[in-house]
Amino acid sequence: MVSANTELAFDRKIEGDVIVSRVDAVINWIRTNSVWPMPMGLACCAIELMAVGTGRFDIARFGAEVMRFSPRQADCMIVAGTVTYKMAPQVRRIYDQMCAPKWVIAMGACASSGGMYRSYATLQGVDRILPVNVYISGCPPRPEALLDALIKLQSKIKREPSGKNLFVA
Amino acid sequence: MSAAATALKTRFPEVTDRVSGDHAAVNVPSDGILAALSFLRDEQGFDHLADLTAIDWAEGAVPRFTVVYHLFSTARHDYLRVAAACTGDDSAPLAPSVVSLWPGANWHEREAYDMFGIKFEGHPDLRRILMWDGYPYHPLRKEFPLAGIEAPLPDLEIAEETKAKVLAAPMAGGPFVASSGEMNLTEAEPRAKDQSWNERKEKPE
Repeated sequence: MVSANTELAFDRKIEGDVIVSRVDAVINWIRTNSVWPMPMGLACCAIELMAVGTGRFDIARFGAEVMRFSPRQADCMIVAGTVTYKMAPQVRRIYDQMCAPKWVIAMGACASSGGMYRSYATLQGVDRILPVNVYISGCPPRPEALLDALIKLQSKIKREPSGKNLFVA
Repeated sequence: MSAAATALKTRFPEVTDRVSGDHAAVNVPSDGILAALSFLRDEQGFDHLADLTAIDWAEGAVPRFTVVYHLFSTARHDYLRVAAACTGDDSAPLAPSVVSLWPGANWHEREAYDMFGIKFEGHPDLRRILMWDGYPYHPLRKEFPLAGIEAPLPDLEIAEETKAKVLAAPMAGGPFVASSGEMNLTEAEPRAKDQSWNERKEKPE
């Protein structure tokens, strides 16, 4: 009779100091839980973005509390607000300055589609100048919606072929 | 009729009353506007230029553009609105700058220049203030559609990389009408009156 092995976890006595895993899993695990956002606050959505950092909503629970105001240190641009045509080239330049891998969240109606500003002055969606990973509806979205978007982005990051991408220029 | 307007009309007989729903308002001929405003500031105590704006009376109208000065006196607690037609032609209307009288006029005049294309003579730094330098239109003119006119992005390098440009954005499905009365908010939301057209499908005439 074979007894059931109940020790399914890592066992130091058997395996020593070696852990075997897939490189994708390791890289994605690290990236998923340390997303450093670049707060691209352009309008009222930025106020909700600030609320997400407070203790009540606490984006730190998801490892994304390190808001970096330098694009060189950030890897997820949160476009929060109305992108005017005058501002659009600067948004794109800041995105270009971020180190890969990098992601973009379009927060709110304006960043996603121009929102209520169907006029001569407003870019009709930030996806016309940079690749967006997650869109958030709302005007402005609740802080919970941004957390939901972050979780969706994390699940996308988990599925990335990161190991293969290491060898892609 | 305010005391200041009466004094102005006594001093400058060519000044006329202007229809107004609230404060006193006067029309001043364009060649005498600086003298009239100087008089109001120095002798009538209008030390604050509350606003400076412009009106486009539509293509073909004479005069096409009017500049409106909203004056306030902090000593008398009195408002006075002064309007003066622009000189020059439709493409480049002219008005004298009042930055020398009220330094606060600087950005107001830049905005009026940006939106209407009115050249303020004597302005120290007449650049666009809202739209970017090099934008080819003046958006608040009557011939300019709200949706906009196709134009290149302000930054040519980014424009080339992203292939994006300033595009006309018509109100797809518009006009939008909100319902009123006792109903829930979902039903009261603004809805398109005519949903048969959008950006890709032309609006039926």
